[in-house]
Amino acid sequence: MNLRNVVKSIVLTCLTVLTFNSTFANKEEKKEKFNVGEMIMHHIGDAHEWQIMGGHENSVSIYLPVILMDGGLKIFNSKSLYHGKVMPAIDEAGKEIHYIADETNGYAMFHEKIYKLNANGELDFHHGHPTNAKPLDLSITKNTMSLLIGATLLILVMLTVAKYYKKNGSVAPKGLAKFIEPLIVFVRDEVALANIGEHKYKRFTPFLLTIFFFILINNILGLIPVFPGGANLTGNIAVTLVLAVASLFATVFSGNKNYWKHIFATPGVPVPLLIIMIPIEIVGIFTKPFALMVRLFANMTAGHIIILALISIIFINENWTWGFLSVPMALFISVLEILVAFLQAYLFAMLTSLFISAAVEEHHH
Amino acid sequence: MGIVTPDLGLIFWTSIVFICLLFILTKFVWKPVLGAVNKREQNITEALELAEKTKKEMIALQASNENLLKEARAERDNILKDAKEISVRLVEDAKNAAKVEAEKVMTSARETINSEKASAIAELKNQVAVLSIEIAEKVVRGELSSDSKQKDLAEKLAGDINLN
Repeated sequence: MNLRNVVKSIVLTCLTVLTFNSTFANKEEKKEKFNVGEMIMHHIGDAHEWQIMGGHENSVSIYLPVILMDGGLKIFNSKSLYHGKVMPAIDEAGKEIHYIADETNGYAMFHEKIYKLNANGELDFHHGHPTNAKPLDLSITKNTMSLLIGATLLILVMLTVAKYYKKNGSVAPKGLAKFIEPLIVFVRDEVALANIGEHKYKRFTPFLLTIFFFILINNILGLIPVFPGGANLTGNIAVTLVLAVASLFATVFSGNKNYWKHIFATPGVPVPLLIIMIPIEIVGIFTKPFALMVRLFANMTAGHIIILALISIIFINENWTWGFLSVPMALFISVLEILVAFLQAYLFAMLTSLFISAAVEEHHH
Repeated sequence: MGIVTPDLGLIFWTSIVFICLLFILTKFVWKPVLGAVNKREQNITEALELAEKTKKEMIALQASNENLLKEARAERDNILKDAKEISVRLVEDAKNAAKVEAEKVMTSARETINSEKASAIAELKNQVAVLSIEIAEKVVRGELSSDSKQKDLAEKLAGDINLN
């Protein structure tokens, strides 16, 4: 056996162990009532595992690495968190709920949040929420994994496009470049050039292109229901927050004298009024990216919720014939979501360039 | 409200990935691709401008060609006209010269004829004179062949003289 085969068999073993860690042991028939809200919230939220098929204990999942900053870096497989000891607790309404304690590592997971176990190896609950210490969780979660996949895919696609031009010079594009180039030219002309103007747009075009394609590829990946896709990444407030902060930084750091003058000494406004105007203008700096953050988050999450809810019709009624209603409707919304994927990417880039243009605009009164 | 609480871990990873993407894509994709696209657009613009310029030049060239042709045609007409004039003049001259020559020839011919005629007449006169003398001799000989006749003649002559 040569080296290549050894490496191949190791990789395959790892993949098998990672992927098919399903436990079929827990087979007792406890018919729980199908909870739509819980299912949807579970799907649009983040997780430390990536369920490929099946649910609950019988799932086929990829268990992702947990990385915790808790007095040093702690890395372990999330399988021990999903298959630890099931512990009882009491929620706000006095009902019994469960959390999973991983006694070997000393952590417990409750609603995908990781808490440090107390001295007795338990979580303390107050009004249904654990009061234990929460270590900084830098785990490669489902969304992080999706983020890395999306970024890799984007780099691969874009490098292929760039290679085409390197090889063929400035000729008419073919293949992948033919598909991507109109998008690049669109962002350059309709987003950057149209808003910022021909003197300054060149500086911001790479940033706007990155924003546009980052959102676009992750939106589209989120619409694919099977493994490499399906994570609600661009519908996650943390991701949209980072993008909005990038937009905010781009605006604030490119702001010229005029921009700041308009905020702190709006021309034509009497001095006493400035006392009211300045706080409003300062808040205005932040409301713009805040709106960007909420818009992308809400749009993408809503799309996922609608599709999941429509599919849930079958499971609520426990009758497959409802599929004749819910599948066409879900299909329709899915197609609409493809449009939304492009639209939201465009809107985010467009509004960012609009804010930048306001910040770099020259004085002309 | 789990879904509206930003998760620090994801913020961390998204920031890292986004910044990496921004640098990698800007350096290896956006700049070269936009460069190539801009260059191509510039090439197209230049090609169009060149075509427009060439078209204008062609039109100008055509106009100048037309002018040249017109001039050439005028020149040709002039040359033809001149040639015609010259040929007419030549023929005229030749005719005149021929006429003069013919006149000259006629004159000299006439003179020769006249002189020949005069000499012929003179010759004839001489001949006639000789013949006349001979005839007269013969007649005289006949008249004077006898004495009587000589006497008659002398008488007759004497009579004529008397008469005169």
